[in-house]
Amino acid sequence: MKPELSFLLNDQEVKLTEVGASDTLLDYLRVARRLTGTKEGCAEGDCGACTVLLGRLTESGLIYEPINACIRFLASCHACHIVTVEHLHGPDGGLHPIQKAMVQHHGSQCGFCTPGIVMSLYGLWMSNPQAGATEIEVALQGNLCRCTGYEPIVKAALAAGAEGGQAQDALTVERETVAARLHEMRRGRVELTKGGERAIIPADVDDLAAVLEENPKAIIVAGATDVGLWVTKFLRDISPAVFIGHLMKGVTVTDGEIRLGAGVTYSEAAPLLRRHIPAVYDYLLRIGGWQVRNMGTIGANIANGSPIGDTPPLLIALGARIVLRKGATRRDVALEDFFIEYGKQDRAPGEFVEEVIIPIQPEAKIAAYKISKRRDSDITSVAAGFQVMIENGMITDARIAFGGMAGIPKRAAQAEAALIGQPFAAPAFEAAATAVAQDFEPLSDWRASADYRRAVAGNLFRRFWLEQSETDLPVRLKYAVGE
Amino acid sequence: MKDEIRGLAHSDTIHDSAIKHVTGRAEYTDDLNEPAGLIHAYLGLSQSAHGMITGADFSETLASPGVIGVLTVKDIPGVNDISPNGKHDEPVFADGEVHFYGQPVFAVLAETRDQARRAAHKAKLVYEELPFALDPIAARDQGMGYVTEPLTLKRGDAGAAMSAAPRRIKGRFGIGGQDHFYLEGQIAMAVPGEDDDVTINVSTQHPSEVQHMVAHVLNVPSHSVVVNVRRMGGGFGGKETQMNLFACVAAVAAKKWNRAVKIRPDRDDDMTATGKRHDFVVDYEVGFDDEGRILAVEGDWYARCGFSSDLSGPVTDRALFHADNAYYYPDVRISSHPMRTNTVSNTAFRGFGGPQGVIVAERIIEEIAYALGRDPYEIRQKNLYENGQLTPYHQEVTDQILPRIFAELETDCDYQARRQAVLDWNAKGGVIRKGIALTPVKFGISFTATWFNQAGSLIHIYSDGSIALNHGGTEMGQGLNTKVAQIVAEAFQCDISRIKITRTTTEKVPNTSATAASSGTDLNGMAALDAAEQIKARLVEFVAERWQSPREDVRFVPGHIMAGDTAIPFDEVIKSAYMARIHLSAAGFYKTPKIHWDRATGQGRPFYYFAYGAAVSEVSVDTLTGEYVIDRADVIHDVGRSLNPAIDKGQVEGAFVQGTGWLTCEELWWDDKGRLRTHAPSTYKIPLASDRPRIFNVKLADWSENAERTIKRSKAVGEPPFMLGISVFEAINMAVASLADYREPARLDAPATPERVLLAVERLRR
Repeated sequence: MKPELSFLLNDQEVKLTEVGASDTLLDYLRVARRLTGTKEGCAEGDCGACTVLLGRLTESGLIYEPINACIRFLASCHACHIVTVEHLHGPDGGLHPIQKAMVQHHGSQCGFCTPGIVMSLYGLWMSNPQAGATEIEVALQGNLCRCTGYEPIVKAALAAGAEGGQAQDALTVERETVAARLHEMRRGRVELTKGGERAIIPADVDDLAAVLEENPKAIIVAGATDVGLWVTKFLRDISPAVFIGHLMKGVTVTDGEIRLGAGVTYSEAAPLLRRHIPAVYDYLLRIGGWQVRNMGTIGANIANGSPIGDTPPLLIALGARIVLRKGATRRDVALEDFFIEYGKQDRAPGEFVEEVIIPIQPEAKIAAYKISKRRDSDITSVAAGFQVMIENGMITDARIAFGGMAGIPKRAAQAEAALIGQPFAAPAFEAAATAVAQDFEPLSDWRASADYRRAVAGNLFRRFWLEQSETDLPVRLKYAVGE
Repeated sequence: MKDEIRGLAHSDTIHDSAIKHVTGRAEYTDDLNEPAGLIHAYLGLSQSAHGMITGADFSETLASPGVIGVLTVKDIPGVNDISPNGKHDEPVFADGEVHFYGQPVFAVLAETRDQARRAAHKAKLVYEELPFALDPIAARDQGMGYVTEPLTLKRGDAGAAMSAAPRRIKGRFGIGGQDHFYLEGQIAMAVPGEDDDVTINVSTQHPSEVQHMVAHVLNVPSHSVVVNVRRMGGGFGGKETQMNLFACVAAVAAKKWNRAVKIRPDRDDDMTATGKRHDFVVDYEVGFDDEGRILAVEGDWYARCGFSSDLSGPVTDRALFHADNAYYYPDVRISSHPMRTNTVSNTAFRGFGGPQGVIVAERIIEEIAYALGRDPYEIRQKNLYENGQLTPYHQEVTDQILPRIFAELETDCDYQARRQAVLDWNAKGGVIRKGIALTPVKFGISFTATWFNQAGSLIHIYSDGSIALNHGGTEMGQGLNTKVAQIVAEAFQCDISRIKITRTTTEKVPNTSATAASSGTDLNGMAALDAAEQIKARLVEFVAERWQSPREDVRFVPGHIMAGDTAIPFDEVIKSAYMARIHLSAAGFYKTPKIHWDRATGQGRPFYYFAYGAAVSEVSVDTLTGEYVIDRADVIHDVGRSLNPAIDKGQVEGAFVQGTGWLTCEELWWDDKGRLRTHAPSTYKIPLASDRPRIFNVKLADWSENAERTIKRSKAVGEPPFMLGISVFEAINMAVASLADYREPARLDAPATPERVLLAVERLRR
């Protein structure tokens, strides 16, 4: 056990012994280190002004991803490489191609969002040199700009992509050295204290099990995309906190199922799920912004028990199960049974979500829908997952789950009943659209009224049918960027 | 001999801070080095929409770690008032009574910001709850009264013309407000000095106002207060008066404890405790003929002003000034109703009430068009002002250029064919419906408070030939400093790199106006030119004498000054001028000519000129969910002879997207306790990159020149293009109206959230 947090900050190795569970990376950068290029715009991971790159070791080597420094806890940066805008430069020591393009295309006005935007675009430039306008928009889902209307920023990103130069970039050139240094740091459990707060970083998943047996009431922090706000917005005490973002990253795919380690992020899960269940990909890209998807994990999204749930409505529809572990004991629960009521899940103290098991059913008709005020990076008003099985033109099974319609993500039993046993045709979906009103009594709030939620929930059955049926007219909006 | 020089007027010069922006080296107030011993203030906000404070227990707050003290109304040495208009209706801290949920009641001072914030949450306030009204109609019904004097504009006899009109339509239109969502939140840092002195670094559009307010609250003369701002991370009107609170709290605390004090609210508190764009409910009536010609308009604009007047008087006035948008109303009577409500006091926001006038004019056009079964664009053309016609405030329109903009835009974007294609598409009856709309804007330029239309500048040329430029305007991203430097570079024919643009400070230019009303360049550019011309005149005199040349043969050419055929490098002239004891510093001044306005009679010429523009937007609407996408937008906008086409285009694009945000995804939502629940980017959604038009063509009307003698014949650009976003709103309305085969307009209230769109779809389907 080490009482020392180690990480790389730009070109420096940092070792800290005094770190509190609730210390954020952003405060550390701005206040302790006076690296003021990284800005605070909202302190809740929604505006992206605090975007930095986080380099971490994965099975396929060292990768760099944009993250929100405002809700990222410093303790969760152990054995990582933090890259801030101050470190960004071109091969000649001058402006980086991204920075140059932003200047040339007049991509900044007030300039406050600019360092964050530059860092997101840098992350994209490294990971997808050929990114087109659509990929650029996805990369910028977590960055707000109030001045430019984004047009010059997208143009700058396209120009920097065309310019190239990834091979000469500092983070490429130094990748092996950095990876070796990070590898050295990642050894054994780390425990930190400051002013009565405790932060524990387990060595591996067995160590996590042990830590939770010792501290059953500890707050488990994975991506911190929600717990971060407990601290920055609600000033909650999260000590002792166990940081697990680096654990349970395993993925196995067999004929019949995908097994995702609970620590797999949205960003890691999306391309994998796309290969096996293509219909869900667009939905996954609408969860949070890029930074949030780089931090948030599927397991924690489930364990968190949100009434909307992002992935749970979809996963319930797909028939997912989860593995819960306490000490050496594991149990397997159908995801829909994990959610008991608002704020209550089937998880005992000291128990944690270890794995998510998603059946693959190639013959199933699958869809995932998200309705929100703004298309990207918005909290859902209504989320829905559909999985419908057809045999000989008849609906033999239907699993339809909604988020945002009740205190928990929940199946629409009446609507399912209206479908099962019926011919796969419009009348069944009309009947289900009506029946779903019996399944839920949604709330009215600032995201949507109960009336709207009910109306949309019904219409999603009509949408599902239209998408499955052969029609000449488009049934979905087109978002692709034009010439 | 001529040097290659960059950064002259009318060139695409990059923003002066662009490189600092992209490298993170541009300093905002929170990035400045902090003086030793700096402490932090954090506000405590009311948790009642209207109530008497009957008890306040700060014992836990004071016992919290790091806490130095609590600041309340009792600690204010001068006047507990930050009302910007002399009405004394807006306290720094609530004094006994709270008027909205989130009103500042006290501040906690502590060694760190986190300590101050945590301690502020431990205070226990007890309220005796009183009745409250949140929206303007409830306020009217409850007799809450006005926060400031209402205005009526009239010309002719609207009542008689309305009765005589062959057709009449009445309607009510709810128009939402908007949060500024400047990326850099409010912030101030006050450093105490000797005597009564205090220096304040603050994110503000109006340093002189901060100076005045702090002096007033501290009860010291204005000369004791220095206010500095190098740049803001966005303003949009949200830092025209709203920073006063933070500057005053920081200053009072700094003087009380004799330590530097910084105050920076969390985003949630910033959005809760500071004002926004006014929401309005408008009752309108239009009389028109069978050809779609407007005969009479009457209307009542009820505004949610909040608990105090702030800028609600001029904002609601400007709503009326733009209630005609670009259309001639032969007989008209329009009135404002600035309602007092138990909400945060609403304030300036890009357009300053203008958009809430313009959008009603466009609603009226739509009503007429649907009633007659015509394309609204036809009705727009038919009712455009002709030069010589009078506005409802009796100003003659003399610079109308919309017919040319319309013609170019219609051709450029193939409007007629695309409208037909939209109609054909909708006729197929699918779930995706389309809409297209062409809307204009005509926006009056000048502060309606005539005395604000003045500006000062200060230019120093140092003996090495480098130039320090200062003016009273503030930089919030709009490129003001760049444009003013271009004007000075042009005047001296020197490279822009020779000019250092310095922070705005009340020490250099006194009694400045807010950088607002789109007027920054018009006013400060002229003032800077005046200073440059003064120094140039002295240099001409000096060169003529020293190099023995007639004065009229002394010319400024790139990098040099010509004395007849002799070219003398600029540096050499300056060095020699210094040695010859020539005064190389000048203070410039400018006041806008020709304008006058008599509010009592509702007549005058409040605006020096008008800026024009038009946009065509096409949208697709999903009639199952109410979601939509902006397929394409085409804009032609008038900035006169552009000082910097790249920066101006950026203003047009940014304003367009901000305007669409106001009318689509940005929704302010209060709960039944009077709490604003959309108070952070998690709940209040401004447009993202993926919300901008899928095809976006923006052109400046490069043939336009200001008919008035403005700086280099340019026109103001900050606010006018904001209203082009209305074309998106109109297009969404058309797509929805297709559900009832265009028999009636969709009459969506703004913002047209997916929810509002779907509910309108369902209503029209029935």
